[in-house]
Amino acid sequence: MSHHQEPQITVLPPDTEKIAKLWKTAGILLAITVVEFIIAFTLPHGAAKTFLFVILTLVKAGYIVGEFMHLRYEVKVLFWAVLMPMIFIGWMLVAFVYEGTKIIRI
Amino acid sequence: MSQTTAAVSHGKSVWDGGTSPMGVSYGKLMMWFFLMSDAFTFSGLLITYGLVRSSNPAYTGAVKDFVFSPNYWPIPEKVFEAVPFLHGYSLPLVFVGIMTFVLIMSSVTMVLAVEAGHRMDQKAVEKWMLWTILGGMTFLGCQAWEWTHFIVGTESGTILNQVVNGQLVPRTVATHGAVLVENQYGPPAFADFFFFITGFHGFHVFTGVLFNFLIFYNTVTGVYARRGHYEMVEKVGLYWHFVDLVWVFVFTFFYLV
Repeated sequence: MSHHQEPQITVLPPDTEKIAKLWKTAGILLAITVVEFIIAFTLPHGAAKTFLFVILTLVKAGYIVGEFMHLRYEVKVLFWAVLMPMIFIGWMLVAFVYEGTKIIRI
Repeated sequence: MSQTTAAVSHGKSVWDGGTSPMGVSYGKLMMWFFLMSDAFTFSGLLITYGLVRSSNPAYTGAVKDFVFSPNYWPIPEKVFEAVPFLHGYSLPLVFVGIMTFVLIMSSVTMVLAVEAGHRMDQKAVEKWMLWTILGGMTFLGCQAWEWTHFIVGTESGTILNQVVNGQLVPRTVATHGAVLVENQYGPPAFADFFFFITGFHGFHVFTGVLFNFLIFYNTVTGVYARRGHYEMVEKVGLYWHFVDLVWVFVFTFFYLV
């Protein structure tokens, strides 16, 4: 099992297609961030603006988890095992922020 | 036994033993589950921010007339508008935008290191890991500057009220910057959340840089070349991308909304 001679290493050439895709993902992430900046200084503060930010953030999160963390290409069982528990976070957010809007009236 | 991700044939037999049903090695699966628990921790912090913010009065006037007051929650773009070497200019959210750019770029160099690892290209892994470490350290440096500016405050400061004989009276001396009990920007909780949320994230970046350095060191000394695979780069890569992911949420919910 354990042997002490150096194993033969074959270095493969760069996968240009894959690398181009990674840079494209980075470009999308930066573009969305720029759009967020433009929205931050053009739209008035309010629920619609917050909603837009949340949508754009979720898109960015999707690209990071799906492409960079490679989750999109993993086995479906792993994909859902990671994603499903995040539903609780959504519920937690809605419940607590709703709670906060009630606390202010006390 | 190979530890690299093996293709699993789908069907009932997947759960009958002999293969890994999730299609990833034990280490990678545990990293995913750790990151899920970490996601819940960060969600706890950010959602509590949402709770406290929504239970505090919001500023209702025009953005250009905004002044700091402990009576309502501040508009983030009015708090974070300083950039190093450009003292006196109002550049809202520019510096935090630069920090976001740095972190996204270091995420790209990390995934390029993972790609190089798949090809057993030791020199390329070294190169991209170095860029990733540099990006992480740049981010930490930016955060150190931002914290310093936040704690020291602006020249004008804010006159806070204090209770004297049961009545609120303005203090004679303006309060500058922020500590946990009071700050010039808004309610005390605003600075507390700034310290806890960006601090907890910054600590993750810090440990991420340490892990990245460990990976870089092991790559240079040929540990992974001898092992025959670079899966450790992938595992630490997952952690590093998660740190980037959390920043995306912190950026939105703390700085933009």
